[in-house]
Amino acid sequence: MNRLIGKSLTRRGVLGAGLATAGMLAMPSILRAQDKSLKVGVYGGYFKKSFDEHVFPDFTKATGIAVESVAEPTGEAWLVQLEQAAKAGQAPADLSMMSQGSTIKGQSTELWTPLDTSKFKHYNDLLPRFVNKYPDGRVAGIGAVAWWITLVTNTDAYKEAPTSWEALWDKANEDKLGLLALASNSFLLEVTAKTFMGGTNALDTEDGLNKAFEKLAEVKPNVRLWYRDEAQFEQALKSGEIPMGQYYHDVTGLAAADGFHVRSTFPKEGGIQDSGNWVLSRASTKVDEAHAFIDYMSQPSMQGLMSRKVGTTPTLKKEVLDLKPEEFAAVSSDIEPIIPRYDLYTSKADWINQKWTELIVG
Amino acid sequence: MRREAPKSVADYTPLFFPALMLIVFFVVPFSTMIAVSFFKRNPSGFYTPDFVFDNYARFLSVFFGGVLGFSLMLAVLVAVCCVAIAFPFTYLLTRRPRHVQTLWLVGLLSVLSLSEVIIGFAWSTLFSRTAGITNLFVAIGLMDKPVALLPTFGAVLTGMVYQALPYTILVLYPALVRLDPTLLEAARTLGASPVRAFFNVVAPALRNTIVATLIMVFVFALGSYLLPQILGRPQHWTLSVLITDQAIYQSNMPFGAAMAVFLVLISLALVGMTLLVGRKENAL
Repeated sequence: MNRLIGKSLTRRGVLGAGLATAGMLAMPSILRAQDKSLKVGVYGGYFKKSFDEHVFPDFTKATGIAVESVAEPTGEAWLVQLEQAAKAGQAPADLSMMSQGSTIKGQSTELWTPLDTSKFKHYNDLLPRFVNKYPDGRVAGIGAVAWWITLVTNTDAYKEAPTSWEALWDKANEDKLGLLALASNSFLLEVTAKTFMGGTNALDTEDGLNKAFEKLAEVKPNVRLWYRDEAQFEQALKSGEIPMGQYYHDVTGLAAADGFHVRSTFPKEGGIQDSGNWVLSRASTKVDEAHAFIDYMSQPSMQGLMSRKVGTTPTLKKEVLDLKPEEFAAVSSDIEPIIPRYDLYTSKADWINQKWTELIVG
Repeated sequence: MRREAPKSVADYTPLFFPALMLIVFFVVPFSTMIAVSFFKRNPSGFYTPDFVFDNYARFLSVFFGGVLGFSLMLAVLVAVCCVAIAFPFTYLLTRRPRHVQTLWLVGLLSVLSLSEVIIGFAWSTLFSRTAGITNLFVAIGLMDKPVALLPTFGAVLTGMVYQALPYTILVLYPALVRLDPTLLEAARTLGASPVRAFFNVVAPALRNTIVATLIMVFVFALGSYLLPQILGRPQHWTLSVLITDQAIYQSNMPFGAAMAVFLVLISLALVGMTLLVGRKENAL
């Protein structure tokens, strides 16, 4: 989730800070006017600003529930804070936006209040991959926002768009790639498995994982930059210094719209789809309000609005959305996505991290 | 005037404030870190208070040994380069008129206001193929076409030396300014060339200052984690980069803490050894 910090700092930070401050100053008056309220944690920066502007005021108008938005830190720090607060019976936020990995980790201590899906009118319209369940089937989280990591290129250096993730392995691209530096945010093991091993199920066994690592090692000579901070790669991609790599579809689209010579391509094996959930802390007493909020956010009209205003990918089936084809194409693709194997990053986290670090550093 | 030995508790009061600061800002955080380094890691995201050696055991491997070795080597190299550049520079600076010195020192102080991030990105632009200094070389006919000078070890070293150099000069300056000019005059009178006088008289007279500066820059460079990422390849990542990975991205606080404790202990040992060697040689 480093990307959201980077995004807010690089592109819209200066404007955003001003607007976010204005939003916060306006908040107490809304709070006073309402009896019911809900604290919602969203990633600080660009997301919080967009939600304060486009989402929360209308929700309060529609339901009479006041929203106090809380800026979450990214990474796993917020999960740790929620867990420690819950032990003391406190909830710094009732609902939070939580990455898939952190949602699964929170399950281990029953941190999330199971959600009553009968209260969500559009529950059946949600794509199944956006419902995060406890092992026994109770629902721990509902998809809040989704985004894509795709194959990006500088259009001056590559006249033709690449069509497959295989381009990363192409010997012609020696020392030309920028890739994310961690197994758990680059999802390159999944890409390797989908491209060369028939699908991400190949990663079920340790043997399969080892094979994927072996195949991935062949990419190393092509990589110029393993980045943690997105600003680092974005700059190099725009200037053509590092002309190819993996990056966020939405940000690349915005850069292209601003006139930079970059493009984002959905490879034939699919883009990587990552997402965040709404989760409800077990220490929260605002269960009804939280359900009302998730219900509101899961409406097709809201999902459409988020795609147009915030640039996120809808969590609902395409048929129920009111997005025009070109609007849908701007934020998604019909090609079956590569869904990260989040389970691996909890069950085998340290083993994978160790092998990964040795692979790229060694 | 003879200084009286402190007799009552009241005589010790001037010590209380520094002691309190030391406890609050060093002893407490460092003890917490040591405690956490023995906690048990729960792969599903948290850790539980315990007393296990797993975190240290994981660190004791050829791989991490290599990373630690590289980090130490890099820090030593940065320290040596900084002192090698800064010592003659500061010496020559102290020979200049007062207002020239002030101007230089103000300039150096303003460099300190740059953060590691700005320094990193500035150098990455300077070393880039598309906008870097090699374009200048092409323009004046020194090179055929622009090339990228990063990511390389040289780029990392340049960035880190650039970052530490102002500190080095500011630490060396007071000692060099106070150096008795008659020492040098005596050497010149006895027939030594300026260069010879510099190496045979000035440098040995300031041995302790030089050693102290080396140690300071070494410790300063050891904590660097941004410049190796921006200017180097993964082989050039320091242990601090891997500690950040564990603490922030893997939420593996116990392992991150164990690595940090190890790094502190090793650097303390190295500093201690340097001081010990220095004292022995002085005694001879």
